[in-house]
Amino acid sequence: MIPMFTLIVLQLIGEVISRSCGLPIPGAVIGLILLYLLLWTGRINSDDLGATTGFLHQNLGLLFVPAGVGVIAYLPMIVDEWAILLATILVSVVATLAVTGLVMSQLARSESVVAEPAEGGA
Amino acid sequence: MSTGLGPLDLSSFLRHYPFLEFLAVSPLLWLALTLGAYIAATSLYTRANKMPLVNPTLFAIAAVVLVLSVTGTSYKRYFDGAQFVHFLLGPAVVGMAVPLYRHTALIRRSAAAICAALALGSLTSILTGVLVAHQLGASRELVLSIAPKSATTAISMGISERIGGIAPLTAIMTIFTGIVGACLATYVLKFAGVTAWHARGFAMGLSSHGIATARAFQEHDIAGTFGALAMALNGIATALLVPLIVDLLGRYW
Repeated sequence: MIPMFTLIVLQLIGEVISRSCGLPIPGAVIGLILLYLLLWTGRINSDDLGATTGFLHQNLGLLFVPAGVGVIAYLPMIVDEWAILLATILVSVVATLAVTGLVMSQLARSESVVAEPAEGGA
Repeated sequence: MSTGLGPLDLSSFLRHYPFLEFLAVSPLLWLALTLGAYIAATSLYTRANKMPLVNPTLFAIAAVVLVLSVTGTSYKRYFDGAQFVHFLLGPAVVGMAVPLYRHTALIRRSAAAICAALALGSLTSILTGVLVAHQLGASRELVLSIAPKSATTAISMGISERIGGIAPLTAIMTIFTGIVGACLATYVLKFAGVTAWHARGFAMGLSSHGIATARAFQEHDIAGTFGALAMALNGIATALLVPLIVDLLGRYW
């Protein structure tokens, strides 16, 4: 219970900061920064939160389902342009993945993180 | 209301059974549908040898949409139940501080690579999005709506509004971007020869925010951590870069 409480309170504080300062950054991201500072300064032990955050992150894909379903409500907006939009997204995502991945792997050569990904992930 | 509706209209069907009527109003049914669809999609994904194209988020969304359209249920009613799942996104994002903190040493060692990959990746995402859409004949509003698509939904919609895009359209583009990234990242990165977990995760989170980061967390803890880092950093970079780029390009178009 306490780990979940900690995460919610930090998001709440982040939300208040984001709104009162008119920042373009969502409250949850500010909550993330606050939690990082609390972990770094030793106010919170990462072992106390690890099980809860690990569970949330292993099931992160589930949390996007309701918002993803919401997109369907707006689909009529793109009936005329769906081909343009899909083509744009395909080209842009593939280019961005390749550029980001290549720049990152060329510049950082730390042996410890070079692992052969298993076929098909996992 | 009882006439003219198909036999599959769930709420009118349930109205004939007062005992069950509470189901259509209670959030329980839609919460159970969301979880059930995700569990089914995950088992399909496992049975497909974890093939990235069989993305559990994509298949769960498709299953829920199918049920909603067959039963004639409005999105609003569905979301009344499903919002409990949606709500957990906030705490999940806050909680990303834990893996980031645990991998602080690695992040610090790759700081230069992170900065370069962030700058070039973010520029690639915005420029290819804007230029390809423009070349294909998209309207100005559409181009503006697509520009911030790689940032997480809350940020991309905010940017879109500020630069004169259409926020709901940006939400669609953002979610599509996430799903396309989650489905294709494994293949693209393999083709490009990117094998390091941190580079793979960073590319996924930067190009396709949380939905691809979910995929990265399933690949490897380090991939997920760098996905989360890229997602947070690119949210900020996109908020700074998109208005500048749009302003610059606006002078030539």
